[in-house]
Amino acid sequence: MISLIFIAMCCIIVFQLFNLQVLNSKYSIMADEQGKFRKVIYPDRGILYDRKGRAILQNTIIYDLMVTPSKVKGLDTLALCKILNIDTAEFRKRIVTAIIKNKSYRASVFEALLSEEKIAKINESMYKFVPGFYLQERPVRDYPFDAGGNILGYLSEVDSSFLLRHAGEGYQIGDYAGKTGLERSYEKVLMGQRGIEFWKRDNKNRLTDRLENGKYDTAAVAGQNMHMALDIELQQLGEKLMENKLGSIVAVDPKSGGILAMISSPTFKPKLLTGSERKKHITELLLNPALPLLNRSVGASYSPGSTFKTLQALIGLHEGVITTKFIVTCTGAFYGCGSGNPMKCLDRGTFDLKNAITISDNTYFATVMQRIINNPKYPNVDSSLANWDRYIYAFGLGHKLGVDVPSEKRGNIPTPAYFNKTYGAGHWNYCTFRSVSIGQGEVDVTPIQVANEMAYIANKGWYIIPHIVDSIEGGDKFDMLSKFKEQHKAIDISDSVFETVHDGMQGVVERGTGMGAKVEGITICGKTGTVENYFRGVKQENHSFFCGFAPRENPKIAIMCVVENSGHFGGTYAAPIVGLMIEKYLKDSISDPKRKVQAEALSKLNLIPPRIYKELRTRDSIQHVKDSAYLIEKGFIKILKDTMGLEDDDNTDDLIKLKEAKQKEDQQKKKDSSLPKTNKSNTEATLPEEQKMPAVKDSSQ
Amino acid sequence: MRNQATISKGIDWMMIWLYVILVTIGFICIFSVEHRSQENILQNITGLKKNYSRQLLFIGISIVVGSFIILTDSKFFTATANIGYVFGIILMLATFVIGKDINGSKSWIPLGFFNLQPVETCKIFTALALSKYLSRSETDFNKTRSQLIAAVFILIPVSFSLMQNETGLALVYFSFLIPLYREGLPPLYLIIGFSFAFLIVATILVEKNTLAIILTAIAVFMIYLTRKTIRRDKSVLLVIVGIWLLAVSVQRFAVPYIFKHVMHPYQVERIMNTFGVDYVPDDNSTAKKIEEQKDDINIKKLKKAKENYNVKQSKIAIGSGGFWGKGFLKGTQTQGDFVPEQHTDFIFTSVGENFGFWGSFLLVLIYLSFLLRIVFIAERQRSTFSRVYAYGVAAIIFFHVTVNICMTIGLAPVIGITLPLLSYGGSSLLTFTILIFILVRLDADRQMVLR
Repeated sequence: MISLIFIAMCCIIVFQLFNLQVLNSKYSIMADEQGKFRKVIYPDRGILYDRKGRAILQNTIIYDLMVTPSKVKGLDTLALCKILNIDTAEFRKRIVTAIIKNKSYRASVFEALLSEEKIAKINESMYKFVPGFYLQERPVRDYPFDAGGNILGYLSEVDSSFLLRHAGEGYQIGDYAGKTGLERSYEKVLMGQRGIEFWKRDNKNRLTDRLENGKYDTAAVAGQNMHMALDIELQQLGEKLMENKLGSIVAVDPKSGGILAMISSPTFKPKLLTGSERKKHITELLLNPALPLLNRSVGASYSPGSTFKTLQALIGLHEGVITTKFIVTCTGAFYGCGSGNPMKCLDRGTFDLKNAITISDNTYFATVMQRIINNPKYPNVDSSLANWDRYIYAFGLGHKLGVDVPSEKRGNIPTPAYFNKTYGAGHWNYCTFRSVSIGQGEVDVTPIQVANEMAYIANKGWYIIPHIVDSIEGGDKFDMLSKFKEQHKAIDISDSVFETVHDGMQGVVERGTGMGAKVEGITICGKTGTVENYFRGVKQENHSFFCGFAPRENPKIAIMCVVENSGHFGGTYAAPIVGLMIEKYLKDSISDPKRKVQAEALSKLNLIPPRIYKELRTRDSIQHVKDSAYLIEKGFIKILKDTMGLEDDDNTDDLIKLKEAKQKEDQQKKKDSSLPKTNKSNTEATLPEEQKMPAVKDSSQ
Repeated sequence: MRNQATISKGIDWMMIWLYVILVTIGFICIFSVEHRSQENILQNITGLKKNYSRQLLFIGISIVVGSFIILTDSKFFTATANIGYVFGIILMLATFVIGKDINGSKSWIPLGFFNLQPVETCKIFTALALSKYLSRSETDFNKTRSQLIAAVFILIPVSFSLMQNETGLALVYFSFLIPLYREGLPPLYLIIGFSFAFLIVATILVEKNTLAIILTAIAVFMIYLTRKTIRRDKSVLLVIVGIWLLAVSVQRFAVPYIFKHVMHPYQVERIMNTFGVDYVPDDNSTAKKIEEQKDDINIKKLKKAKENYNVKQSKIAIGSGGFWGKGFLKGTQTQGDFVPEQHTDFIFTSVGENFGFWGSFLLVLIYLSFLLRIVFIAERQRSTFSRVYAYGVAAIIFFHVTVNICMTIGLAPVIGITLPLLSYGGSSLLTFTILIFILVRLDADRQMVLR
């Protein structure tokens, strides 16, 4: 009887065990959830090398000081306070924060991103601080040349919308991803493949041990290294020359399309965005009215000014409306549209095509474009303008080129549709937009487009999409580079046409408007541009443009430079900068002491327009008003968040939109002062807003 | 040589082997709970830093103590049974004066390197004293007076341990009903007691309609079995129907009524939680009441939450073991310290997780054979003393094993009693060693008539 009770009880137990362990699977799921941890191992990001194999973006390790509050008792905390330059009150405060944030038995960051000096001191006396404190490695990006911030870009923490868009790509909250520049456009290549380790986890959420000695783990694969067309020394020289100026330089190898240098000024030191003060710096950069985070080379558009004239010449010659012998006399202005408000020319006289380019004669090219548009071959102005557009698109303008630097703008080329909308069909003709003939008015280009257009002319009729990355170590797995291998050659223009234009451009540098670009022993072809522009309806100082290529016989560099609101002419500032860049690239160094002096002088020359300083002052006074509600209302706060919206807009765009909204308001008030029919819907968000008002006045040089 | 032969003569080696196997399993389990792969085992053992190393020491002490018992004359135990009992009671009283507070119960006497729990050791003295009393030639256990005196023997330590807040250990003493039953206590007490306990536990654990159907099925089955008797005597049918009615009404009405109207909701919640069942009140007002009372009794709430957590974690650990288990030292739950008290009261979780269903089944089987072996030994004794004592040992081990395992798998409330020979702890291990080895000694002298 008693034995039966024993047996019966044991049967009940076995039955329940069978129920729990064999029939029921929910317990193993629950056990996995709480007892296992999937640890993501981050591989090193890829390294970027310049065209001479120098690493310009690599990885380095900095240290966080970690604390486990429960193990701190009895340690020499005073010594630590001394090293870290904090008092005991601050020490206690940090310990308390660590306990609140992460419990006392788990490690928390005590001080993040230690300076090298502090690390050295802590390492010396580390024995005093174990086991309460330890140093934790943290890989960060390192910029040995501390240049090219706008190109390389930076990493930032992914936000929820990014995670949503990239679901299934292995990103987690807290991960970093490229936010701007190459870090962003080559994110897939650079990030590598994450590894996964399975760990056992205990009841206090600490990782204790590898699960089954790592049987199920997958190893991390490092990001691929990339080789760039960029020449870091040329880049550094360009950044130096553009100091104290707003603007951009873009240099392209016309044969390969590789970008040799891409300067946007003002720029930022990329190292500023890796250290412990990253947040402070990023805020500073975002609030700077000169927009250092905007890559002007691809993200700002300007009217091309006289640099556009070379293209008019190409079209005119190929369309056959002019010949190289075609002569126009300028008696002071272009009267092709009657005598009201004529476009003036600076140099009176009679010019053939070559000379017209050389001295940048407005009347000549106004006439050329008039002939193109009013060509009897085409039934109406609609079709002739469309035909003109076809050429301009073939030259790489009016659309995004597809450069491998993000946030590229499209620029603007006026189309029949645009004029029909603005003026009504049949209510416009060549005279309505004659200023386009000399690169003013409704035409907008980005610096990269101008540099590419120079490469097109240098190559006599083709270009390769400009790009920074030439090759990827270990193969182009994501097919990102194949589009940078094909030649774009939409319209077959004969070499002789190009020769004529080259002649004119060589003349520009040798005896024309761009003599400042001259370099001893190198045949440079160039073209200046002096671009009239307006900001909030107020005429600003001219932009100084220069573009060209060299050497003429075997072009190795196509380059453009714009200095915003510099005043004077395109030849004054942009030309010598380009000259120095060409010399540096083709001769490998600038050896002549005189030239060195010139470079220094140019670098020191401050051409930042006064309005930037004014805005800086306004901003600072706003910052002094500590009322955050006010700041939010003004829209300053909302753009400060340091997270990412990776897809198409970045923070700079936010800032631009903000500014545009303001400008529109202002314009509403000042409407009377501007020309009546200027509709601004033709552009994408373009910053520096200045050039927007079509100038149907004189433009020269 | 000859001396040795006489000592080992009559010793039941199967008992010894089962004892060794269980102690070894216990050590392995404690080791698997505590060991982390980076640690140096040898250093831990020699340094006595870990529970498993201390357990090794306790095993050593137990072996020495066990050997001494084997070498002792059996008459010693009968002779000292009554004095021992008094000594045990004094020890229990002593805890009220010099007791040490461990886990909220003041039932421990610190003895330097380990702590003694008199309630635990008093089981031995009670078993011996009870055997002594029943084996007296003048005791006639069929008389109510003798039954009452035997009950007093049991109830004295019970009341002391209740005063020490050790409900679980107090309940253990009720397992002495089993030897008493063997000696002639009417089985009705036993049956009624067991059935009632079953019914209450089943009411809490099983959905009420299901349970009603099960009870009805049992009743119908009983009627079917006894159909011939019923034909002769209709009163049997009446008894069965009566019991069925009683059981169903207890299950359907009495328990819910008590839960709802007699007890406070927090008490009900606590009872439910000791089984790892979430208590969901029927109506909102009750729920609100709980919330209100919760504020008053924060400490109780904490304790309740802990018990609920224990059972849930224990079920997760055992359930996740599956059929084959995760393998030795591979249990994520026991290695991660998710189950509290897993080296003592919840040591079974490590068997369940590491070795799965087959391991747990095997362990239950070992325990069962151990129990059946003791019953077998008990029945071959010539002296009443040895028989009562043997049944006492079997009953204590049975109670410990079933309640302990049932509580880890959510079939019994968490009352904090150890798994014999497996759980970590010197007090528990030593108590069971002494219990078992005295039995082995007595059994070796089974030809002798001891009084």
